[in-house]
Amino acid sequence: MRTALLSDIHGNREALAACLAHIDRNRVDRIIFTGDIVGYGADPRWCLDTVMAQCARGAIALLGNHDEAVFRQDPDMNAEALAAIVWTRTQLSASHVAYLQALPLLFEEGEALFVHASAASPHAWPYITRPRDADINLRFTTKRITICGHVHRPQYYHAADRRPVEAFTPLAGAPVPLLRGRRWVVVLGSVGQPRDHNPAAAYSVFDAAQGRITLHRVPYDVETAAQKIRAAGLPPRLADRLYTGA
Amino acid sequence: MDQQVTAQAALRPGVEIDGFRLEEIIHKGGMAVIWRVTRPDITLPAVMKVPMIGEGDEASSIVGFEMEQMIMPQLMGRHTPRVFGMGDITTLPYIVMERIIGKTLEQAAGKPPVAPAEVARLGGLVAKGLAVLHRQHVIHFDLKPANIIFRDTTGEAVFVDFGLSRHALLPDLFSEEIRIPMGTAPYIAPEQVLRNRTDLRSDIFSLGAIMYEMATGVQPFGAPDSTAGLKRRIWADPRPPRAINNDIPEWLQEIILRCLEPDPTRRYPTARQLAFDLIHPEKVALTARAKKMTNAGWFKVWRRVKFKPAPKALTRHAPPEGVNTAPIVMAAVDLSHGREPLAEAVLDTVRRILETAPESRLACVNVMKTSLLQVDDTVDAEGRNIHLQHLAELKHWAGPLGRSGARVTFHVIEGVDAAAQLIGFARDNHVDHLVMGARGHSAARRYLGSTSTQVVAEAPCTVTVVRLRESAGEDAGG
Repeated sequence: MRTALLSDIHGNREALAACLAHIDRNRVDRIIFTGDIVGYGADPRWCLDTVMAQCARGAIALLGNHDEAVFRQDPDMNAEALAAIVWTRTQLSASHVAYLQALPLLFEEGEALFVHASAASPHAWPYITRPRDADINLRFTTKRITICGHVHRPQYYHAADRRPVEAFTPLAGAPVPLLRGRRWVVVLGSVGQPRDHNPAAAYSVFDAAQGRITLHRVPYDVETAAQKIRAAGLPPRLADRLYTGA
Repeated sequence: MDQQVTAQAALRPGVEIDGFRLEEIIHKGGMAVIWRVTRPDITLPAVMKVPMIGEGDEASSIVGFEMEQMIMPQLMGRHTPRVFGMGDITTLPYIVMERIIGKTLEQAAGKPPVAPAEVARLGGLVAKGLAVLHRQHVIHFDLKPANIIFRDTTGEAVFVDFGLSRHALLPDLFSEEIRIPMGTAPYIAPEQVLRNRTDLRSDIFSLGAIMYEMATGVQPFGAPDSTAGLKRRIWADPRPPRAINNDIPEWLQEIILRCLEPDPTRRYPTARQLAFDLIHPEKVALTARAKKMTNAGWFKVWRRVKFKPAPKALTRHAPPEGVNTAPIVMAAVDLSHGREPLAEAVLDTVRRILETAPESRLACVNVMKTSLLQVDDTVDAEGRNIHLQHLAELKHWAGPLGRSGARVTFHVIEGVDAAAQLIGFARDNHVDHLVMGARGHSAARRYLGSTSTQVVAEAPCTVTVVRLRESAGEDAGG
């Protein structure tokens, strides 16, 4: 089973479309969306419709903190993110909101657990940015592999039995074997708002049988995506950062 | 781990594991047992390597095996064993791989001192294999005579034992806290002693130590068993090979000592460039290294240890693999009469390519056409040696590039078929980029095919074809 993993789309239609086209050429059996379909970007409706259509055909979608913010009373986020959420609410229909409300937090299958932020208190949306965070995550699940997003910077953490957690920054195109003698926390990159100084959209392919994961970087039409953010009157920084992936 | 011990104990001849039938133990070392195994669908001879991992074992031996399981299946080509299967590290770890039939470098070299030409031949084979390994983003980090096997069939060097290796695109499982000497004492590079595992030139250092030992019968830094002892090689220079064995030519001392430079930036930048020198001893640019007959005494070394900081390159991580700043560029130059403008244009293109690759080396090649039908004179009417004349012209051509020493070589090769000669040279010397000129469009060339067409089609590297823009009226309508 080859699973494409798309995380943190954030309403970026151009990036999502480019990734889906790439996936079409990449022999994938199904897709898992690990949260944050909306927020920041100017096409929440198209992105959500696309995810819903994919899910109707067997894809799986999980809830992210921005998806939750759409229907939550007082979302805990910074001013820019909140401004985007307030605007996003105006773009979505009641059925969209109902769809988001019904998204699960976790999905478990075989050796793997899929979640937006962390297996440790998934609903509190902690960030995994250091080996210590990954270590805490591993204490909250018995699954060998945790796959999550939320951080927008691809980073893999691994630990052998009774040994400290170590970090590894993956490179695009190089399959990384998730060695069986270790436990792994895979932090995916972001489709719609990369923050690792590479503006290309990030998605990954997880091959469960081979125990391997491959990061892909897909260039997309940043100019259009940024232009739409400005046109929608969203905070300009949300447009600017797409050019540099900062 | 108990599970593993039990599973390993059950291994005996006739037992089948995941379809592999154990035949006999062919080697039992401290780290692993090697079984000869068979499987009906595998025609090549195969072995199963089963690591000895038990309760209370060093983390390093387990990590080493994980690294092998991670790296070996990624390797391609004839310089590494093919992998047929692997066992789960948590139950019964093993790797089944091709059994390489041949002699180890230890056996192939025989008793030192080995003749210089043979040192260069074996070293060249190893360097060629190393170039292929490095191109796949893998640094071996444990090159030693026992880990290099020359295939009986082709003579090519094959590397085994990737337990200390590093794949630049995959996690390095040897973390800071695993305290083991990360290599084999006589051959380990100084930066490895300082735990820098990013520089492919570490393998070049090890190969230098291997060649030193072959040529002199002595290990350049002995076999120290303490970290302090290992660190000496950061400051101490080995005794020049010629001071031990006067039969060693200067060119070989130059090559060996360049490999053994403590500062990696002073070594050969790539295995390919090292292979090039080993294949062309007569082209080696001799420096002070070649003439050296003494090394620094203990007092001088002590002062260096005390006061001289280690070269920065030893601890600074090397640039990631992929951007080749040290390509071998080959310029194929036709210097015959009337071709001067084209040669000039080739020179200009070569100059621009070299500017972007600071550590590149340039091989200027001229093919001297010989005819099948007549016995060629090597001396022309005026009594000049034609070969030497071509060489002089080639050097004159490259003069404006301002290259000297080890960064440029000149080759006049003779042959009937210029294209075949150029393609062969590019292949044998691991050329990265070939630059050549093409003459205009004549009807004959269009139908018969030109030299450049054939080179572009068949050369194993990037080819740039330089063509002069035709002036109006010349070959009009062609």
